[in-house]
Amino acid sequence: MSMADQTASKPSFRLSMLIYDTRYRSMTIQVIALILFMLAVAWLLSNAASNLAALGKPLSFSFLSQPAGYDINQTLIEYNNQMSHGRAALVGILNTLLVAFLGCVLATILGVTIGVLRLSNNWIVSRLMTIYIETFRNVPVLLWILLTMAVLIESLPKIALFRGENPINTMSFGNSVAFTNAGTFIPKPIFLSGSTPVVVIFFLSLVGIWAFGRWAHKRQDETGVVLPTFSIKLAIFFLPSIAAFYILGQPITLEYPVMARFRFEGGFVIRNSLIALWLALSFYTAAFIAEAVRAGIQAVSHGQTEAAAALGIRPRRTMQLIVLPQALRVIIPPMISQYLNLTKNSSLAIAVGYMDITGTLGGITLNQTGREMESLVILMACYLSISITVSLFMNWYNESIKMKER
Amino acid sequence: MKKTIVLGTLAAVGLTAGMASAGTLDDVKAKGELACGVSTGLVGFAAPDANGEWAGFDVSVCRAVAAAVLGDPTAIKFVPLTGKTRFTALASGEVDVLARNTTWTFSRDVDLKFTFVGVNYYDGQGFMVPKALGVSSATELDGATICIQTGTTTELNLADYFRSNGMSYEPVPIETNAESQQNYLAGACDVYTTDASGLAATRATFENPDDHMLLPEIVSKEPLGPLVRHGDDQWGDIVRWTLNALITAEELGVTSANLAEKSAGTDNPEINRLLGSEGNLGEMLGLDAAWAARAIAAGGNYGEIFEANIGESTAIGLSRGLNAQWTQGGLIYSPPFR
Repeated sequence: MSMADQTASKPSFRLSMLIYDTRYRSMTIQVIALILFMLAVAWLLSNAASNLAALGKPLSFSFLSQPAGYDINQTLIEYNNQMSHGRAALVGILNTLLVAFLGCVLATILGVTIGVLRLSNNWIVSRLMTIYIETFRNVPVLLWILLTMAVLIESLPKIALFRGENPINTMSFGNSVAFTNAGTFIPKPIFLSGSTPVVVIFFLSLVGIWAFGRWAHKRQDETGVVLPTFSIKLAIFFLPSIAAFYILGQPITLEYPVMARFRFEGGFVIRNSLIALWLALSFYTAAFIAEAVRAGIQAVSHGQTEAAAALGIRPRRTMQLIVLPQALRVIIPPMISQYLNLTKNSSLAIAVGYMDITGTLGGITLNQTGREMESLVILMACYLSISITVSLFMNWYNESIKMKER
Repeated sequence: MKKTIVLGTLAAVGLTAGMASAGTLDDVKAKGELACGVSTGLVGFAAPDANGEWAGFDVSVCRAVAAAVLGDPTAIKFVPLTGKTRFTALASGEVDVLARNTTWTFSRDVDLKFTFVGVNYYDGQGFMVPKALGVSSATELDGATICIQTGTTTELNLADYFRSNGMSYEPVPIETNAESQQNYLAGACDVYTTDASGLAATRATFENPDDHMLLPEIVSKEPLGPLVRHGDDQWGDIVRWTLNALITAEELGVTSANLAEKSAGTDNPEINRLLGSEGNLGEMLGLDAAWAARAIAAGGNYGEIFEANIGESTAIGLSRGLNAQWTQGGLIYSPPFR
């Protein structure tokens, strides 16, 4: 059949063409499938709603504004047991974000290092890295979390040893830090009056580092002169702030943890549950990231390395300037998945008693209020939005490092 | 993809909720077994023994119900539940009766739509500390680190107690009893708090129970009892009166030893009504006349169950205290069988 015939018959559109005409058929099938899907959704929703109503539990989110009544030990924002369930959920979300952020950072550092080392020419190093990857990858992350927690609470000194007039154990680093099996206690900076300029100068120096980096890069592009940027950046980071700190009469002091009757008061406490979860998630995810990194590096043609060697570039610079930038294009997409996995795996926090969103909203709140449906829907929405945000950000980054085809 | 998961969950909740509304008695008879929700392992109350058979004080309630309804105290599917999963399991119909040392509270009864059929153990929240901590009263615990099982009334009582006494504490929420023990024994928390009966049971499993002590303060009322879903009154009545039958049997001196003899008929009309040789109480419940006799035969009367599982002769060593019969100065009291 020729195209001319079809166009000629177009004005006289008949309903049967929706099925028999290949131009419309796929559209028809999709529309029907969509309608059926929506109907199924509507049926499921109404079924759930009517069954909940029959149980005498219609959907209601008013429990979020009622007092929670329970305490949370690790909070980033102010919280007490008279605040609402909604506030407790917020504390949980922030705790989830905290461990996800810390985990992604450490997993990336470890993963890239291990991935690169796995390709090392040194037999022992590359074998050790293989063992690392295979051990961590092939054991469920929940077991790693439980193991890390057990190791921390069994092997760190008991907090009881720090108590009393003549404690058996003393604090490390000049009486400032205490590693105990109830958590790690560290000093807290106290900002006295007059500390604002120091903080402002610190942030200005961060801007300075960024500006210097750009300038040095541009200069290198134009003149080919390579500056020792790292040491200069380091100097910008420390020197102005430290100078300001002493000139203004040391307006920032540290509040040291001091042993009270049962535990250290003052300072910050980093609970072992956070440390265990953070380390276990990072070590586990790092194994997957290492594999992605190795795949990325191996995807870069060996000719590139050889060409670099021919130009007299040293192996380390070759890796930094030639191989890794090209490998990143292959590495980033699987890396996004790993970040998402890490974020979602953080919901195992309850196993070690870290109060993330699953522990607060999906745990105690759900249990005390009996609002399973509402809590789970909110919980899913939370993870979904966190994951989508991470995903969007990483996709943007992926776009920005993609090969620019001109 | 995400959407489908949400829908799947909605569907699962919707469907199971729909199934749960049928008559529970008929369901149980049709299945031929009773689904009983118990704790994940609390020695004396509900824990598998060396042969893998569930045994304990809470388990005995289920055994009695299974014996009364199905005629077989072993026709039970035990579903171990954590403090967090128990209510969902009961509401969704996964279990027919929940006998998991659950505290009877207003909101659970009214808002969560459950029916507490009675109290089989009057408990209260206590504190356990190592003797080495040098604490003799809960009022000295200002600033202590406290292990709690999450998803229980315990954490709310704890928050209330410390707030009303103007003290601070650091909660360490733990999912199960086993992990709480690990944390407590490793010294990661100074105090372990839960119902005093649970503390006694936990302490009994320690290597050196004498190194640990319960503080004298009991900071809450914890009436523990079996519960069923709202809306099936016949089933609620069966479980309620099975429990009452066990209590009444002790009050009237019916034991597993003299059960056969008493079933034949006695001079006491209430015993006769209880054991079915007089009246038609079983028929009123939708069961046969010998239902209560079978329930008592399963593990003995209330007192026998208590002594065998958690009494002073066991490792747990709880005295009857509040849980003595009302005639002995306790709170255990059953309405009359009439």
